[in-house]
Amino acid sequence: MRISVQEEEFDLGAEASAFAAGDDANGAIVTFTGVVRDLASGDLDVMEIEHYPGMTQRALTKIAEEAQKRWSLGDVLVIHRHGRLAPGDRIMMVATAARHRKDAFEAAEYLMDYLKSRAPFWKKEITSDGAEWVAAKDEDEDALTRW
Amino acid sequence: MDVLYFAWVRERIGLPKEKVETQAATVSDLVAELSAREDRYAAAFADLSALRVALDQELSDFDASLAGVREVAFFPPMTGG
Repeated sequence: MRISVQEEEFDLGAEASAFAAGDDANGAIVTFTGVVRDLASGDLDVMEIEHYPGMTQRALTKIAEEAQKRWSLGDVLVIHRHGRLAPGDRIMMVATAARHRKDAFEAAEYLMDYLKSRAPFWKKEITSDGAEWVAAKDEDEDALTRW
Repeated sequence: MDVLYFAWVRERIGLPKEKVETQAATVSDLVAELSAREDRYAAAFADLSALRVALDQELSDFDASLAGVREVAFFPPMTGG
């Protein structure tokens, strides 16, 4: 398992290639990548991501360990960035390896659902008009009930 | 104990972290103490349903005991991913 909370960008191709390299027991690898989305108005200058150093790594590890308990998984990777990002920048990725795709897909969805509302990150959208904290969505909280 | 604030809670209170000497038994008691200090605290803690709390870096709730706790953090619902 690798959990990385980092400011610098990551190379999606290199991370995906390196993930579970040499593991011939698992036939399915799922990767998900989150990208900074511009506002509908096209006005987003910067997305600032704040986090809680100390708690972040621990919370992500706990979420990934829970996924490993629930599904039969090989390796798990979570990368999440913080700091100032621009529209189109990659914010985060998760990758899961499993013998079969169902476990890999479900575990990746689980990781994403929990990471959205249980990992201590907060997003702020900065435009020329000012800055606004992104509000948590009820549907993100509701998504946890299916697990 | 150390009390930490994140996101708009940090902005409203005006600092990221402070040391607080308190005899508060629970998180709610601590919130009441802080809110009584100054308007900026009262404003930040006005609606607890809009806040989350972590005790020693684990998510917790406002009824939880502070016995033995060294670090309390207040923040809005998280928006990762």
